[in-house]
Amino acid sequence: MLSWLWLIPALPFASATLLMLSGSRFSRKAVTAVGVGSIGLSALVTALVAYSFLSSGPAGSSYTQVLWTWINVGGFQPQIGLYLDALSLVMVLVVTWVGFLIHIYSAEFMIEDPGYSRFFAYMNLFVASMITLLLGNNLLLLLLGWEGVGLCSYLLIGFWYRDPANGHAARKAFIVTRVGDSAMMLALFLLFTSLGTLQIQDLMQRASQHWQSGSTLAVAAALLLLGGAVGKSAQLPLQVWLPDAMAGPTPTSALIHAATMVTAGVYLIARTHVLFSLAPAAQLAVGVVGAATLLLAGFSALTQHDIKRVLAYSTVSQIGYMFLALGVGAWQAAMFHFLTHAFFKALLFLGAGVIINALDDEHSIFKMGGLRREMPVAFWTFLIGACALAGLPFITSGFFSKDLIIWQTWSAEGGHPAFWIAGMLGALLTALYTFRLIFRVFFGPLGMPVTKRPGYAMTIPLMILAFLAVVGGYLKEPLLSFLHSALPATTEAHAGLLTETRSEAIAGVLFLIGLYFAFVFHLQKRNLADVLVATPVGHALQQWWFAGWGFDWLYDQVFVKPYTWLSNVNKDDFVDAFYTALAWVSDLAYRWLSSTETGRVRWYAAGMAAGSVLFIAMVLFL
Amino acid sequence: MELTFYIAGGIAVVSTVIMLTRLNLVHALLYLIVSLLAVAVDFFVLGAPFAAALEAIVYAGAIMVLFLFVVMMLNIGKHGAETEREWLTPGIWTGPVTLASILIIEVAYLARGGSAPLSTSALGPKEVGIALFGPYIIGVELASMLMLAGLVGAYHLGYRKAEKPEIQHDADTHEGRADTSGDLVLAGADRATRTT
Amino acid sequence: MSLEVMLNAAGLAFVVAGSRWQQADGQVMFMFILAMAAAEVAVGLALVMQIYRRFKSLDVDELSEMRG
Repeated sequence: MLSWLWLIPALPFASATLLMLSGSRFSRKAVTAVGVGSIGLSALVTALVAYSFLSSGPAGSSYTQVLWTWINVGGFQPQIGLYLDALSLVMVLVVTWVGFLIHIYSAEFMIEDPGYSRFFAYMNLFVASMITLLLGNNLLLLLLGWEGVGLCSYLLIGFWYRDPANGHAARKAFIVTRVGDSAMMLALFLLFTSLGTLQIQDLMQRASQHWQSGSTLAVAAALLLLGGAVGKSAQLPLQVWLPDAMAGPTPTSALIHAATMVTAGVYLIARTHVLFSLAPAAQLAVGVVGAATLLLAGFSALTQHDIKRVLAYSTVSQIGYMFLALGVGAWQAAMFHFLTHAFFKALLFLGAGVIINALDDEHSIFKMGGLRREMPVAFWTFLIGACALAGLPFITSGFFSKDLIIWQTWSAEGGHPAFWIAGMLGALLTALYTFRLIFRVFFGPLGMPVTKRPGYAMTIPLMILAFLAVVGGYLKEPLLSFLHSALPATTEAHAGLLTETRSEAIAGVLFLIGLYFAFVFHLQKRNLADVLVATPVGHALQQWWFAGWGFDWLYDQVFVKPYTWLSNVNKDDFVDAFYTALAWVSDLAYRWLSSTETGRVRWYAAGMAAGSVLFIAMVLFL
Repeated sequence: MELTFYIAGGIAVVSTVIMLTRLNLVHALLYLIVSLLAVAVDFFVLGAPFAAALEAIVYAGAIMVLFLFVVMMLNIGKHGAETEREWLTPGIWTGPVTLASILIIEVAYLARGGSAPLSTSALGPKEVGIALFGPYIIGVELASMLMLAGLVGAYHLGYRKAEKPEIQHDADTHEGRADTSGDLVLAGADRATRTT
Repeated sequence: MSLEVMLNAAGLAFVVAGSRWQQADGQVMFMFILAMAAAEVAVGLALVMQIYRRFKSLDVDELSEMRG
């Protein structure tokens, strides 16, 4: 059954093509059947493949299926090949199954939208591209999937295209990730010219053979790959697009910008981990980026009004945790956190979608309140997701994965106490903003009346995801040992006075502190928050963190304004002058020639005479 | 014999120049006829009696008479002379004269080369006839077709519907143009309206 | 009329050439020129008459209906 591997991306591709070509002619039911069904089938095939992989386990712990050779030029022969090992299997399982749940949810969520078939076409295309990215056995195929998910992200953010703000957000996302993509392409060029192949496994082997640890080529390639990863995963300094990407429909935000696409950067770094091990400076950079981003996003999430923006910054922060883990060499911990994050973040986004739908498209948490009694299912599932995010000890999966990362930032060979402190501080912030959200939305007096209740298609995925968010933590040991076949184990260096349990205890205490403060400020004495914000320092901080630490303003000043100034200055393009001159010359010639058409017979006769004189002269003398 | 040639040639050139400067059309035509006859004399001196005869009979006799017919039919009269005076300004004839001079120079350049003595045996009608019925037979046929075409064309162009066969004398319309339809025997021409 | 002069001049040149090389071809060419001149005069004068009928004048500048 392993040979059915190619069906996993092929089914969504086929359904996307079908829906794009003729989806507008199908009925809602047909579109749902095709759109959701293809992902369902793909998930089923993934499960079968996973079963086959786990039970019989191919030799060398990986399975490659080459479909055909893509390009054959010179020494360059990338193939359309699929490579399955523990890492890609875990990720593909998450993408297909969580994707399936989200598709079921969106069948009800988007039911009234006129662009229904277009939505499913784009979502299916996205899933297909993401799977291509994950399963590709060479970097070029990975790049194809990479670009595909970028395209679908643009299409889906700007899904309601009639509002220009959505188009603006979509363009922003695309352009910012493009910056990262350019860095990644440079990395591919570098790797190919120095090592001669883009096949990932061959590449890793050759790199470890030819390059010394710390060689400039390795560092350069790794840093460029990091550049690509920060673009796609919305880390510093390219994190500015993700909060604005919330302009898209909520299922999109759940699938793309929470569970899957934004983790593509994490996957990239994990896949090329050999390269990063060869370039400690680059790996340190990964960790620094992760730590800085998680703090930055945490502070920003604390000040947001829009429920989806809180979750967006939260995503940026959690991916910062994954980068932090990769940076200290905790490869399996990063993947474990990816798994649990996919569950609870998708859950949170879907829950937010339910709330937004119920309150007639209201996004601001300050207008909501008291939904605990009105929407119990939404409340309990959202609460479970929030606790998983904040890391409620022992019950939720998020606790296990986040604390594993934090512990390894201390204990791993690449670890550093500064990283540990950052991780802990981030945990406190996470608890703070998460429970701020919970208390504002679900507790207190009823803010807005509930107009629509969710149906089964929306609540059942919520419940499934909530279940996974709870039990996912118990997958820790099996998952880590399973991933061992693909990713190296994290070497424990020094422990010092801290042990794992002590670190977990400290994290648990921080959770409770965050919960308490959130309770005080956002439920008990709500005016206290206003007082705090009214102080000059508080107000300044709030404005600064609300605007995402001013990065948008910075980029606007440094990049956008000079560029638009330059285009304005060059409005009458001097390069164009050449072409307009051509047109002007032809116009002139036209005027001259048309003035010879006078209609006067004498003029024509004179013309003939002059012409004959000229001809005879030419014949005689030339 | 050469003297005759040069005198006749001189008469031809002078007569043509005078023709060009005449204001009265009929005078100009008469001078043209003189020029043609002079050229006929030249032909005779050159030993081409048949060409000379043809020149006199056909050219000066038939074609010039045709010209005279049309000129007298149009009956330009005094107004014509005035307009000619207006038109025969240096501004008008400088251009064509320049072009023609360039052509003459080119022709002269082409024609440089040895000249042969003039007195030769005459080529009479017999030789011309043999050439015509021999190598140039196709040319003869083509020329006859050309004549036919000219005949048909001239007939068609000169055709007019004879609705009102009477001669019309309109009120005078002296607008500085030649006299309008009044003097012309045109009845019911192709124009539906007549200017008055 | 100037056309007639020009044609005549060309014919003269032909006849002279024929006389120079003692061939009848010169006169033959002259005859063709003559025939062509006759036809051309006929058609041309018919045209002139038509122009006079339509434009009531022989001023060639009046014939500018070809002006685009």
